[in-house]
Amino acid sequence: MDFINQVINGLSTGSMYALVAIGYTIVYGIGKMINFAHGEIIMASAYFAYVGMSFLHLPALVAVLLSIILTALLGVLTEKVAYKPLRGKGSLEVLITAIGVSYLLQNVFYMIFTSSGRTFPQIMPKGAINIGGLSITYITIITLIISFVATGILLFFINKTRLGKAMRAVSEDQGAAQLMGINVSTTISLAFAIGSGLGALAGVIYGAKFSIINPYIGQMLGIKAFIAAVLGGIGSIPGAMVGGLLMGVAESLTIAYISSDFSDAVVFGILILVLLIKPAGIFGSNVREKV
Amino acid sequence: MKKKLIRELVTALVLAVVVYAIFAIGFATGAINSYWQGILMLVGINVTLAVSLNLATGYLGQLTLGHAGFMAVGAYVSALLSMYANLPFVLTLVIGAVAAGFIGLLIGVPILRLKGDYLCIITLAFNEIIRVIIVNLSITNGSKGLIGTPSDTTFLAVYLVAVITIFVVYSIVHSRHGRAIISIREDETAAELSGINITYYKILAFVISALFAGLAGGLYSHYIAILVPKYFDYNKSVEILVMVVLGGMGNLPGSIIAAVALTIIPSLLISFSQYRMLIYAIVLIAAMLLKNSDAGIALRAKLPKFKKRGEVEE
Amino acid sequence: MSSRKPLLQTKGLGIQFGGLKAVDEFNFSIDNNQLFGLIGPNGAGKTTIFNLLTGVYTPTSGQILLDGKAINHSSPTQITQMGVARTFQNIRLFKDMTVLDNVKVGLHHSHQYSLLASILHTPSYFKGEMAMDEEARSLLRVFDLEKFANVKASNLPYGKQRQLEIARALATSPRLLLLDEPAAGMNPTETAELMETIKVVREKFSVAILLIEHDMKLVMGICEKICVLNFGTVLAFGTPDEIKNNPDVIAAYLGNDA
Repeated sequence: MDFINQVINGLSTGSMYALVAIGYTIVYGIGKMINFAHGEIIMASAYFAYVGMSFLHLPALVAVLLSIILTALLGVLTEKVAYKPLRGKGSLEVLITAIGVSYLLQNVFYMIFTSSGRTFPQIMPKGAINIGGLSITYITIITLIISFVATGILLFFINKTRLGKAMRAVSEDQGAAQLMGINVSTTISLAFAIGSGLGALAGVIYGAKFSIINPYIGQMLGIKAFIAAVLGGIGSIPGAMVGGLLMGVAESLTIAYISSDFSDAVVFGILILVLLIKPAGIFGSNVREKV
Repeated sequence: MKKKLIRELVTALVLAVVVYAIFAIGFATGAINSYWQGILMLVGINVTLAVSLNLATGYLGQLTLGHAGFMAVGAYVSALLSMYANLPFVLTLVIGAVAAGFIGLLIGVPILRLKGDYLCIITLAFNEIIRVIIVNLSITNGSKGLIGTPSDTTFLAVYLVAVITIFVVYSIVHSRHGRAIISIREDETAAELSGINITYYKILAFVISALFAGLAGGLYSHYIAILVPKYFDYNKSVEILVMVVLGGMGNLPGSIIAAVALTIIPSLLISFSQYRMLIYAIVLIAAMLLKNSDAGIALRAKLPKFKKRGEVEE
Repeated sequence: MSSRKPLLQTKGLGIQFGGLKAVDEFNFSIDNNQLFGLIGPNGAGKTTIFNLLTGVYTPTSGQILLDGKAINHSSPTQITQMGVARTFQNIRLFKDMTVLDNVKVGLHHSHQYSLLASILHTPSYFKGEMAMDEEARSLLRVFDLEKFANVKASNLPYGKQRQLEIARALATSPRLLLLDEPAAGMNPTETAELMETIKVVREKFSVAILLIEHDMKLVMGICEKICVLNFGTVLAFGTPDEIKNNPDVIAAYLGNDA
């Protein structure tokens, strides 16, 4: 029974990772870059929601919506200011800039809120339901529902709407998409907006789950989600979902049965194994360099 | 050509001796107090770290975020050898460096076929794994930190290591081996099709880079009172990267100046240390945008004076 | 003049990407010092053949024989060191390196001294460096590039960049030189100059040259043998005159292109 409980907890944490991983994957698919600062964007979203509720005393739902919008804007802003000028200039440069952006956000929030943790308001009901010996917290259930609904809406958007088709076209072939009259620049911004907006959901879930937020929560969350995206095959949305869930379960089982000291090492171990054995991930495809 | 090169080498050697003499006089007369002597040791260690990372990142063009991990290997191996095996200081330094180079080889062989973003994150992962192992070992005293390493590191040792690192990296870069390394940065496929064994040279540059990071680590562990694993986290790797980026990738004097500046300025301004990471972040972004974006290139073209000053540094 | 034993030969060479046969049953051979043209419409598989011959792609069927020895599974580095060098359709120089250093990278394999020698500055380092310098400069002289020796490669004019790429390829002392559209982007005067250069290179360095080119005047003017490729297979094979009068070739070119 304990084992099943751990798996369900893992799935719940994993679905939060999945929301973040989807952000990496969408931005990679369309912008062909890894947004190293994605974790910090999510940290920012938790603070946005926190400020909305604790300082502006907004109702939880309004604060969450506001956080989603602000985070999406922050994502677009970083893209416009830091990444867009370097588009097509070399991946090393973009990567270094992204590391810079991640440190910048971390330190800006550190200067505003200091490094001491802030208590995130309780927005989800406490307690658990018991089903035949299993004790599942409401937060676990709500997290799972939110993540799956959000991913479902995203998949519908990508596959069925005009804008979604434009995004897929840009991810297939930027040049050709441009010739077909698709505004590539707008599409990339849209990818950042969606990725960051979904990340905001994860940020709020993080706050609700762990009750305390600080400027450094984005770092490990970002790295774990990135690993989830790589595990699933970067560029693939279902891959990010599966990768996130697997990561969550692996982490939960490590903490329960091995040691919490090693949970980060296990996470990195997974990354190393995936990259060495199948760098394209579970759902990814190999790309051949053009000579 | 040979004569010119020898003349340059002799000039550099004389310069190195003169600079050391100035410091030695400063210490002897008390013009440089022990506080500043400590800072100068850190300067030397950081110069070694920045110059060695420049070989892997600036010249070879592979962004690695694991330099602090190799430094940690050198630091702990040499410290433990001093404490438990009573080996002479120099020997512990050498073994620590070789250990770091060996770990670099073990990691480098499988990962160096990965590119760009993946290589960066996997080196970060190894950095964290090395740190987690140190935290969980009992011989290293875990996160509480190792106390009791003899304070063998002298300014002369730090200075010599820094000079040797600079000299070795300079010599490699100005040889057929260095040209092979740089050609990989420029165009891997074209290098391969010019007869360069790219796997060999990637690993070579990576291992040499790790080796000198290990050497710097040994100097650090015999300098600091308490050796804690936290010091070698990914922030330290980023700090070294900032030095390389600020000084200019593939620019040796730049790395040296940046390492000196980024060690001394935080010590001068205590208030600066509060904003240190913030300023590092801005440095990374600004350096990339100014150097590579169209707007940055146009801006630099409009400011000839600014550009010239930048070139003198190079 | 040239020996009868082929320098490089392919037998049933082919490669598949997914389900698509990019090159299929490609049979050809080139002799020492021969000038060979590879032509065909866009997408016919010409550059893919270069990538196969140089080890960038591993063939899914057939064999490549260099001096009668199979090189199918050799790495690009090994194949280059065995004497096959190439240039690229879209120039791939070491942009931030000087013109001289670009050529020296090509000389890497033929002038060996150890890493330790370069750190300790032993006599073998100086000897090797000076020999490389001299050889690199003499190669640059062939292409009238010596005055640009210390210029960054990316700052060379376009036509000169193409020539530098050939110089770099020659620095690896090849016996077979593969030129991928050397006249692309050149005006008629430059192309005429290039024709002369190619002839000079063949004489001076006694290499066989296999070239991909769209400029028919150039191909017909200098090549001894021509192979016409269409949809990854050989359409025709022969001397320039034979190719000009081959009905299949005329159909392929006039029928589809013009």
